[in-house]
Amino acid sequence: MPYLEVRAIRKTYPGGVLANDDIHFNVEAGEIHGLVGENGAGKSTLMKILYGMEQPDSGEIWLGGQRAHIAHPQAAIQLGIGMVHQHFQLVPTLTVAENIALGRETRRGLFADRGVMRERVRALSDQFGLHVNPDALVSDLSVGLQQRVEILKMLYRNARLLILDEPSAVLTPQEVVSLFEVLRRLVAEGCTAIFITHKLDEIMTLCDRATVLRRGQVVGTVETARVTPAEIARLMVGHELEPPLARKASAAESRDRLIVRDLQTGDARLQNTTVNFSVKSGEILGIAGMEGNGQTGLVEALIGLRPDAKGDILLDGTNLHGLSTRDRRKRGLALIPEDRNREGLSRPMRIWENLASGEYDRSPLNTGGVLRLERMRTAARALMERFDIRAPNEGVAVSTLSGGNAQKVVIARELATPPAVLIASQPTRGLDIGATGFVHEQLLNLREQGCGVLLISADLDELLALSDRIAVLFEGRILRIFPREEATREQIGLAMAGKVESEQAR
Amino acid sequence: METGELILNIVASTLRLSTPLLLAAMAGLLSLQVGQVNIGLEGLMLAGAFTTVVVGFWLGSTWLGVLAAIIVGMLLAALFTLVVTRFKANLIVSGLAINLLASGSTAYLLKVLFDTSGTLSPASLESLPTVNIPVLSDIPVIGSLVFSQSPLVYVSWLMVPLTALFLYRSIPGTHIRAIGQNEEAARSVGIPVRRRQYLALMLGGGLCGLAGAHLAVGDLALFREDMTAGRGFIALAAVYFAAGRPRWAALACLLFGMFEALQFRLQLISSTPPQFFQMLPYVMVVVVLAIISARKEWRKGW
Repeated sequence: MPYLEVRAIRKTYPGGVLANDDIHFNVEAGEIHGLVGENGAGKSTLMKILYGMEQPDSGEIWLGGQRAHIAHPQAAIQLGIGMVHQHFQLVPTLTVAENIALGRETRRGLFADRGVMRERVRALSDQFGLHVNPDALVSDLSVGLQQRVEILKMLYRNARLLILDEPSAVLTPQEVVSLFEVLRRLVAEGCTAIFITHKLDEIMTLCDRATVLRRGQVVGTVETARVTPAEIARLMVGHELEPPLARKASAAESRDRLIVRDLQTGDARLQNTTVNFSVKSGEILGIAGMEGNGQTGLVEALIGLRPDAKGDILLDGTNLHGLSTRDRRKRGLALIPEDRNREGLSRPMRIWENLASGEYDRSPLNTGGVLRLERMRTAARALMERFDIRAPNEGVAVSTLSGGNAQKVVIARELATPPAVLIASQPTRGLDIGATGFVHEQLLNLREQGCGVLLISADLDELLALSDRIAVLFEGRILRIFPREEATREQIGLAMAGKVESEQAR
Repeated sequence: METGELILNIVASTLRLSTPLLLAAMAGLLSLQVGQVNIGLEGLMLAGAFTTVVVGFWLGSTWLGVLAAIIVGMLLAALFTLVVTRFKANLIVSGLAINLLASGSTAYLLKVLFDTSGTLSPASLESLPTVNIPVLSDIPVIGSLVFSQSPLVYVSWLMVPLTALFLYRSIPGTHIRAIGQNEEAARSVGIPVRRRQYLALMLGGGLCGLAGAHLAVGDLALFREDMTAGRGFIALAAVYFAAGRPRWAALACLLFGMFEALQFRLQLISSTPPQFFQMLPYVMVVVVLAIISARKEWRKGW
């Protein structure tokens, strides 16, 4: 009998996003179970349900042979389920022991019995090999140690099942190694762990089994000893066939529109790696890779959000190095950012205000320092028509729009004036099929017009459908660039797992 | 006047003048630590002063007046807590509202209840009796200056270590600090956040009531419109300069009390317009504390 059994969990968020669709999976006592999937695959929702932070619409959770009703986190803790969040729930000015015992203090009269608390923390810390000083202030600890405090906090509450939400995302490689040691020790001492990640090598090293989620569904549970990373990667990115897109031949003359030479993004984790590539006119260059391999840094360095970035970025022959983001945009660089809600739009502001935010500083929207609001509204109405943005009128707040329409606002702003090069970072994330098709169409249109498009996507199908070449980003560098004809799912999957040494030597 | 005697006189009046500041600062500190800074300290003090005089006069007992001031301070603080937590009102606006409410309503009630304006000084109301600490007050010179004071002076001294002990050693105090630092974390471990917010802010309200009572009946026995004269804000400044730590806040209050005491002396011996000296304490306290708090490593520990 499995220790934890999740049966037919389904969760739809208000707004209609189906985050979990008929989820089944089991965790055996004493195992480290991996839960993998790209962002938006439904991992976080599932964990929130297990920890009582969200309630499923339907489905059952069984723990140790009994049906568990988990109404809130306190109930989860009562059942012995502990969660280590990606963002630590710690109080920086309290000591380690105070943080761990917070809300569960041992009383001695009016006061907390600090001695007893300290000793319990020390005992737990020794038992599980965590080596944390109970008297240290949390604000003085490294991120890795703070994470141990979070783990101890759960153990102090007698958690037997630990859920770790992307615990390695915030750690240095050395800290990851010691986190793994800690987790192995925990399991040896009788705990069970669910380890959420999207990094394949971690699953392979640490986990006995892993359940793969994709678009809210379980696509399989694998025993890590019996599969290759590439196979897991394929499960994660999926292999449904979408209707083939019509790709016309692009403009014949192929000049380089964007050349990136020896770019260092200034990412502390990816030091000493440089990126080199070019995007030709009328070309879509796809960037594949598991998340966290330098995509964000690359995009930010290109658009000018990384002051520490080094290297040359040539846009139609002009070096953008040292130019501000605004100057880069004026020279024809456009961006569809990864997170439209935080980076792409100002959600409380109206559609026309968002649309004007690209060109409000010049004529015709601005004459002699005066904003021409009526022109902005008129221009916005035209753009809404052209890009099929569905909203009651241009005056509604962007926050009221669906994901697809919000993304269209971003696209309309970026493409209002045709750019020289468009950087599209996860442009279809979280969109439904219709909106996805619209975005694809726009990217292909740009390509036909002779723009260069840099398409960064976690969706391999999307990359294969749209790209002229596919570059694979791995640990901050481009491992290989596949011409479209040579790009197969298997080849790219291997490269995404870092397995192309032999080919690169070629 | 001899120099020695002058210095001792200044020390004595420093202690007396810092009392309302100390009490209000501990209140401000509690509000800062729970993450809901109360800029209405001024108003709470004023309401406390008014209540002390009115209730003390009506009931014929100064001590009952002081008790009533504590209660009124706590009730007003509860109101503040309600609007800033439950109704999520803006902290600055809510604190200002307390100040305006106290200033306006005391003046209004003065008119309605006693048909007077400016000052209320009931002849039958006595100020709090001076308390001599046995033995200590017999120490030559210093004894009578330091250990022969109005009772709330001692209370204010006691409140500093008590507040520190409460915040840093008691369980509810630890919760209060946790809430102020990371409310989400406090909630996630099941701390009753709302109850602790009421606790911290109402304790502060009681302290402000006491501070007001000291202003009203500590030396004399009278209420004057807006008699708090910005002390609530000075206390708040002390709290910020001390980065929320009790003993440093107390030191800052003493410093301000000292400048205020000096100011009185300087007015007596100089021909410069008195307004210049009245300004001095405020300027000096800002200068001195800014210099101290600019140092690195300042914001750690108690």
